[in-house]
Amino acid sequence: MTAVYRWELVKLLAQKRTYLGLGAAMLIPLIFVIVLVLKAGGGPNDVPLGRYIRDTGLAVPFVALFFMSFWAFPLITALVAGDVVAAESHNGTLKTILTRSRERGQVFVGKVLATFTYTITVVVAMATVGLVAGSIAWGFNPLTSLSGTKVSAGHGLGLLAGSIAVYLLPLSGIAAFALMLSTVTRNSAASVVGALMWALMMQLLTVLPGLEGIRPYVLATQFDAWHGFLRVPADWAPVVRAAWVCAIYTLVPLTVAYVVFLRRDVTED
Amino acid sequence: MSDAPPVAARGLVKRYGKILAVDHVDLTVEPGDVFGYLGPNGAGKTTSLRMMLGLIRPTEGSVSLFGRDPIDRGAKALDGVGGFVEAPLFYPYLSGRKNLRLLADYDGGGSRLRIEELLELVELRDRGADKVGGYSHGMRQRLGIAASLLRNPRLLLLDEPTTGLDPAGMRDMRDLVRRLASEGLTVLLSSHLLYEVEELCNRVAIIRKGRIVYEGTLRDLLATAATEYRLRTTELERTRMICLAQPGIDEVSVADGELRFQADEETVAALSVALGQARIGITTLAPERASLEELFLGMTEGESDGEQPAREEVA
Repeated sequence: MTAVYRWELVKLLAQKRTYLGLGAAMLIPLIFVIVLVLKAGGGPNDVPLGRYIRDTGLAVPFVALFFMSFWAFPLITALVAGDVVAAESHNGTLKTILTRSRERGQVFVGKVLATFTYTITVVVAMATVGLVAGSIAWGFNPLTSLSGTKVSAGHGLGLLAGSIAVYLLPLSGIAAFALMLSTVTRNSAASVVGALMWALMMQLLTVLPGLEGIRPYVLATQFDAWHGFLRVPADWAPVVRAAWVCAIYTLVPLTVAYVVFLRRDVTED
Repeated sequence: MSDAPPVAARGLVKRYGKILAVDHVDLTVEPGDVFGYLGPNGAGKTTSLRMMLGLIRPTEGSVSLFGRDPIDRGAKALDGVGGFVEAPLFYPYLSGRKNLRLLADYDGGGSRLRIEELLELVELRDRGADKVGGYSHGMRQRLGIAASLLRNPRLLLLDEPTTGLDPAGMRDMRDLVRRLASEGLTVLLSSHLLYEVEELCNRVAIIRKGRIVYEGTLRDLLATAATEYRLRTTELERTRMICLAQPGIDEVSVADGELRFQADEETVAALSVALGQARIGITTLAPERASLEELFLGMTEGESDGEQPAREEVA
């Protein structure tokens, strides 16, 4: 299993689309900081922690997490997750690796782990760049929580780590959906676009009137679960809900993809 | 070690909707065989090979490699089996050497030590560090052989290994297959090139529209053909009448001052006596065996040259 996972990472590191996604994730907070530095006053006052962005660099990754949940992270995630199986089908390399000594299940798990590793990496990379760029611009100062109380910079860093972990839950759901499309359609472009459409449709469900009852269980809602960490005391309810709701959104498509991958005929596309 | 044959297909069927790509194929490859799987393009060879390697599921029937079914046993059924279907394909953004390392690790890592030796064998050692994306078709075919041998196989399944190669590349590939076979490897070689099979294989199966129309040795195949004779005598017309009167000769054609007919040896002996008794001088009486190519064309006549699946099932 380790060998399959390691080679999946090697393959990701050798492909341009990996760097495209990673580069975009790192560039967005950087551009954000540069624009705010160049613009003398004002800021994104209507988003969580937006009004405090010039107080501390710690606020930058939080604000970027919020903005990038709409389409940037779903797209960056789908860029790799939607390609991971489809590219092998398209290039015919699936038959090359499936006629060796690894079971199909092992190959699939290796691909899933590599996809999630990439997903974690892009979010952490974005947060790191945002934090460093923001700290250079405005300093590494205490953070004002969503409850209005000040938390130390060190504690704020811990809250950022926790928030990233919770934020990764719905992103895993999108990665899993893209991976399922990649396995079922064997078409990289269709999988990337399909996963992005899925993410945007989820966003739509959070704003359409009359759907208030289902809103807490929509995948896009879980992108706000990390707000619970930034309240004093911490509000765990949205975090717990995100954990089980996202588990469903992740495990169902992964199970479908696994079954299809195990049983599919490997032919030239 | 199991006594089961390297390859045994029984009632193998693959159906895609109404298209019957492989139609109840039975074949057995014995240890040490260089087995030719011969048929025109689109006859069902590659689909059969894919089922043998567990890449696609048979609709009906089963296949086993050394007694192990790849559908039931998964990757374990492929122990001791190497090869490729259609063109061998690799990661274009990785070097040839790195591709082999990846495959060696997928095999458990033990064969990593053989990579340099195999790159040398297929004459790719100097290009091992180059990305496969820049390789020619011939180089990829050779890398495919190296990747297959990396598993130290007892059975090699090769799907049209010389397709797309230049004449020198084809010769080298055939030399390599011959050499591997002489070292005791069992080889199943699919091909649409008759001379290739004739040159390399001791046994063949001919597939037409998904069905096996012949399985056996090449010698037996040639023996199945009725022999045609050429006859030239001093009196053409009288000879023709005597031929037609001879039991065992049904039809006689005349061309370029000579007669042609099909008969067995006994009939020909009786005919020569009859001609002698009629005081007709024989100047030429020569057998002309049907070539393998004529037999092949006869068996696969009407086959399309395209890549369409073998045959449409009649509802």
